[in-house]
Amino acid sequence: MNQVFEFSLTRDAFGRLVMTSILGEVFVGVLPVRSFPITAPNEALALVGPHGEELAWIDQLDTQPESVRTLIAEELAAREFMPEIVKILSVSGFGAPSTWDIETNRGATRLTLRGEEYIRRLAGGGLLITDRYGIQFLIPDLKTLDRQSRQFLDRFL
Amino acid sequence: MNRLSIPNCIEPPLRAGEEALAVLHTDLDERLCFARGRVVVTSARLLAYSPGDQGWRSWALSKDLKLQRRDHAGVASLELQNSQGRLARWRHTLAQQDEAARLVGVFERQSAPRPTGSVDEEIPDGAALEDSLGADEEEQAPPSTWALLRLGRFARPYRTELALGLLLTLATTAATMVPPYLTMPLMDDVLIPYQNGRPIDSGQVQGYLGGLLVAALIAWILGWARTWLLARVSERIGADLRTAAFAHLQSLSLEYFGSKRTGDLIARIGNESDRICVFLSLHLLDFTNDVLMILMTAAILVSIDPKSALVTLVPLPFIAWTIHLVRDRLRHGFEKVDRNWGEINNVLTDTIPGIRVVKAFAQENREIARFRAANDRNLAVNDRVNRVWSLFSPTVTLMTELGLLVVWATGIWQVANDRITVGVLAAFLAYIGRFYIRLDSMSRIVSLTQKAAAGAKRIFDILDHVSSVPDPVNPVACGDQTGRLTGRIQIRGIGFRYGHRAVIRGVDLDIAPGQMIGLVGHSGSGKSTLVNLICRFHDVSEGAILVDGVDIRRYALADYRRNIGLVLQEPFLFFGTIAENIAYGCPQATRAEIVKAARAARAHEFILRLPHGYDSVVGERGQALSGGERQRISIARALLIDPRILILDEATSSVDTTTEIEIQQALENLIRGRTTIAVAHRLSTLRRADRLVVLDRGIVVEEGGHDELMRRDGAYRKLYDAQARQAATEAALEAAAAAAAEPTIAALHQAAHLTGAVLAAASESASIPLAATLNAAPPPSREPVAEEER
Repeated sequence: MNQVFEFSLTRDAFGRLVMTSILGEVFVGVLPVRSFPITAPNEALALVGPHGEELAWIDQLDTQPESVRTLIAEELAAREFMPEIVKILSVSGFGAPSTWDIETNRGATRLTLRGEEYIRRLAGGGLLITDRYGIQFLIPDLKTLDRQSRQFLDRFL
Repeated sequence: MNRLSIPNCIEPPLRAGEEALAVLHTDLDERLCFARGRVVVTSARLLAYSPGDQGWRSWALSKDLKLQRRDHAGVASLELQNSQGRLARWRHTLAQQDEAARLVGVFERQSAPRPTGSVDEEIPDGAALEDSLGADEEEQAPPSTWALLRLGRFARPYRTELALGLLLTLATTAATMVPPYLTMPLMDDVLIPYQNGRPIDSGQVQGYLGGLLVAALIAWILGWARTWLLARVSERIGADLRTAAFAHLQSLSLEYFGSKRTGDLIARIGNESDRICVFLSLHLLDFTNDVLMILMTAAILVSIDPKSALVTLVPLPFIAWTIHLVRDRLRHGFEKVDRNWGEINNVLTDTIPGIRVVKAFAQENREIARFRAANDRNLAVNDRVNRVWSLFSPTVTLMTELGLLVVWATGIWQVANDRITVGVLAAFLAYIGRFYIRLDSMSRIVSLTQKAAAGAKRIFDILDHVSSVPDPVNPVACGDQTGRLTGRIQIRGIGFRYGHRAVIRGVDLDIAPGQMIGLVGHSGSGKSTLVNLICRFHDVSEGAILVDGVDIRRYALADYRRNIGLVLQEPFLFFGTIAENIAYGCPQATRAEIVKAARAARAHEFILRLPHGYDSVVGERGQALSGGERQRISIARALLIDPRILILDEATSSVDTTTEIEIQQALENLIRGRTTIAVAHRLSTLRRADRLVVLDRGIVVEEGGHDELMRRDGAYRKLYDAQARQAATEAALEAAAAAAAEPTIAALHQAAHLTGAVLAAASESASIPLAATLNAAPPPSREPVAEEER
């Protein structure tokens, strides 16, 4: 794993990120990956090649030039999908599997919970709920939800 | 399947004669917000409507156009490209994965004319197969919260006993109703006349007292019969429930066990079925008894004096109201308590098997803290339930006391006005006392009922879970009359994902009967997953695995697996004798067969050295045996069932090289004449393989014999060279260490010799010298650095 600290980043016509290292090596289709997406999203990012090999390491995102930051932010925005649950409108039942109609920061949708064990408690009072298709819904802080949503959730915790 | 249906107003603008061949309902927009869109492939065009667009966009199909599918963390994207760049991109969640796969398939077929004689029509489509597989998880209605009533299913076999029990209960209750009734004449006809100067008629008194005694005796006998009968039945219902839950658990897929924690399952099957049993035998009995008693008392009270009866019933609605108030809270509370019990069990089942790690890293205190934390949560939840509960019970008592007060007051007033006699009041008070005691105990049962309901719900959670590897409704007969397959395996474009992580992607493989295939690759490359798919521990997400030309999802699971022998890296021995462990897959095997299998597995001799031979008991995890010995027992186990398909999943990875040689010899016997798939990290163990398949990140990158792959100078060559280098360094280091410890000319000479030989082996491309060096070198099965798959 060769670590490259200096690099430039561009986007090609196919919408892929192209990284050029200080040694002049060109990597097409690199992906930014957060190492701690939940606990420290803006620290410890890696740029990995199309086969998952690490090409560059970014300790702090804000130390990078503006252009790199924008490209990385764009790419992450297009890949990251962890809707935050704003409100739970209704719950089909309190046994598993249970279908919830929810309001998220990305619009209204429906999730199917396969069992209590698909709710993961996060440090700091948050919850991560994985639905049957593997989509992860985040509740950053249980206390910020409204009373009814909390009551629904309480039955599964 | 579609979480979002498309409004009708945006039908694709099809030309005359054009037909939509495949449709993908996208459910995300470019910014990854939930929104509806559609991508349609017709015979000539690709049409798309993206959320927020004014209308449909279309592209004429051509060879230049390419449709690419990708996914990451639950979101998939579909990109349309030509040679110049990206034309469009659509996003959807994995819920639409099947539609997307179909769309891309249709698109490729339409844009590039198919070569004649292609065979992919024969492969059953996942969606088409689903119909024949019956139970689909999706169609499962969520279970109702009336979990306790669902116990009726388990009560049905005992309905005669239950009916008899109910009759006995009725009779017992009636018998206990007699004594207060007799107090009425005793008071009015004997005691009060005596106070007024009339002598006591001893015959009359004897009659009444005799009646009291007989009633008590009858109540005693009936009560005994009833309790015994119903306790018996409920014990059986509890046992049935437990067995049913365990039996169902056995039928669930590995995926289920992967997601559940052992402690939680133990809590559910053990504690909760027991709680339900106790509830049924004691509390439910009490409850029916109470209800009957209350009804009868009420009837008697009304028959004696309707007005006073009405007064006594005053607290009843209040009590009913409080019960209603606390019931839900109590049940949720108890559910939480149960879940917490599961959590406490989880800490135990984590720590006890992992005790060596805990001690080695000196983390006992941390584990204690973890246990205390789980226990504290348990306390907190219990405290909350108890707060509700502790207030509830005295409140009911207070209300009954107040009721009694009202009865006294009205009674005295009525006696004073000569409306009723003292005897009637005494009888009334006697009945009322019982009535309120019953009411009180009934309200206490509320909490126990809710506890049992919470437990029942958690057990039914297991029972309601449908296996993700379902048995087909109409299974195809497996192999010949004796159920034996020939062992031809065809893998057709399979894909598999764990959650949203694709582990196997588009793997094709053909294995002839009796052939041995070696699966090679870095750890995390999907070798073990592929093997799990062949065993049907999981079902493929795409494509199909055919054995003897039939999709394995069409065979009955047990029939199919009977043809598979599995030898794992960590052999699992059950508690029992060695003979029982060898005969695990075939309990009716004779002693001669067991010995024959042990001989072939080279286990016979070491078994004979044990004090009790084949009757030696091996501990929970076979602690008394070495890794190699355990492995040979598990090989004997596989040999005994004489499988057509043999799977060796890193069978020799966890033992040292000397043991490996012994195991290799045992394996030679096992492999002979069977279709074998061997997963191995150490390439030396695959010498006998007819063909090697190199996997990398879930796809087959190389396939062929050892020599051929070495010539190709690709991924296999890299793996091989890396292992050879490692072996060489280790051998050299060892020799050097030996030389340093004993600096004789002989040792130095040996070191130099070994290093030279090893280096020669590393540079050469023959497998035999490598195998020799690997066997000579000490064992550590160091893995190449595993990279996380993206």
